[in-house]
Amino acid sequence: MAWLKKLVGAALILGGVGAAGGWLLSAPVKLDTAALAQLGPGDAARGKRIFYAGGCTSCHAKPGSQGEARLQLVGGLQLKTPFGTFVPPNISQDPKDGIGAWSVEDLANAMLKGVSPSGEHFYPAFPYASYARMKPSDIADLYAFLKTLPAVAGKAPPNSLGFPFNIRRGIGLWKRLYLSDQPVVALADGAPDPVVAGRYLVEGPGHCGECHTPRDLAGGTKKSEWLAGAVAAEGSGVVPNITSGEGGIGSWSASDIANYLETGFTPDFDSVGGAMVDVQRNMAELTSEDRAAIAAYLKAVPPHPNGYPARKPAAN
Amino acid sequence: MRKLVIAISMLAFAGSAAFADPILDRQALMKERGKIVGGLSKVAKGEEPFDATAVLTQLQALQANAEKFDVDALFPKGSDTGDTTAGPKIWEDTAGFKAVEDKYLANVKAAVAGAPADVDALKAQVGAIGSDCGTCHQGYRIKKS
Repeated sequence: MAWLKKLVGAALILGGVGAAGGWLLSAPVKLDTAALAQLGPGDAARGKRIFYAGGCTSCHAKPGSQGEARLQLVGGLQLKTPFGTFVPPNISQDPKDGIGAWSVEDLANAMLKGVSPSGEHFYPAFPYASYARMKPSDIADLYAFLKTLPAVAGKAPPNSLGFPFNIRRGIGLWKRLYLSDQPVVALADGAPDPVVAGRYLVEGPGHCGECHTPRDLAGGTKKSEWLAGAVAAEGSGVVPNITSGEGGIGSWSASDIANYLETGFTPDFDSVGGAMVDVQRNMAELTSEDRAAIAAYLKAVPPHPNGYPARKPAAN
Repeated sequence: MRKLVIAISMLAFAGSAAFADPILDRQALMKERGKIVGGLSKVAKGEEPFDATAVLTQLQALQANAEKFDVDALFPKGSDTGDTTAGPKIWEDTAGFKAVEDKYLANVKAAVAGAPADVDALKAQVGAIGSDCGTCHQGYRIKKS
């Protein structure tokens, strides 16, 4: 957890800089008209795929929901991190407590720029640093699908964060460092279509890197250790290395990866665990082509050794 | 004197070995469980031919394995440290942990009682069992390496 202390220090410095002279630099920036023009009409059937690829329900359904209840996006999960507790809000169609009154442009600004309709920054616990790589037309499709889901009344409790993380404006500086719509892994011209499609799903909507990549001093993902695994932000465990580097999943074939995403079984028939259980349930809703694309991309990413420290010997 | 010390330490060693280690015991059970589910899963995926009798034998082995899973004996207080991925929630919410295990056992028993006659029937049962694996590993296991 030493990196977290450093991170806190770095954030404090950033906060100070922000207070002193960064007011302009930290201003929320919305999408420009060119980007908004690409939204298009939106299609709910296509949006369902984006909904599951994006894992919306994992954080925004009531904790512990199963089956149809996972479509009631009332919020309320508590993400207990060293920054404090983040509580995903109600994003159901309730016009007052949820996002039923949002326009498609509002959703696009939230997901691609991390800016709320009232012009405030969202915290990057909402993984817009990944969603920023999504196509605007996919946001429009997602919007159409969200419109088909039930309105559920009830506000989730607010975040509970300590200073300086409770100053939203500071996130504007963080965004200047880490918000980009460009892919992480550069692929050669002529890379196979499934690899390119998988890159989009993993780096964009799937936001796999948010948990599977270690973070640097200021809390951004380390692109030099992309998907190398990381100490979990919540609890005491680790999130596995999903590159082919040492400690990773190099021994898994592409079909092993696709099968894991579909069934939850690893090649040696251990089962999916932790926060990945909900993710895997979402991945099972995708088509086999999408799962194969994710697998093809993961086999193609640069290999890294584990992005978390080796386990300490048991203290007996 | 020297011989006595050696004799005592050997006795002590034998004594500690005689008490089975609950961490090793539960890991052995989980490994066996994974192996059986793995075999069934290969049949469900069509990688291996479906043989109703062989499948039923495997399901019965899975039930025997599940019935050996005595939470109180395998997860005594104090067995949360050491070389284990057992999560603290097992001891904080033992009733919840037992409930998940009971649901799993019920699904395995239902699969045995249902005696799947074809691949599709087996597939549905392996799916339900696999979902139970995930539910338990979601909250009660912490991956450390």
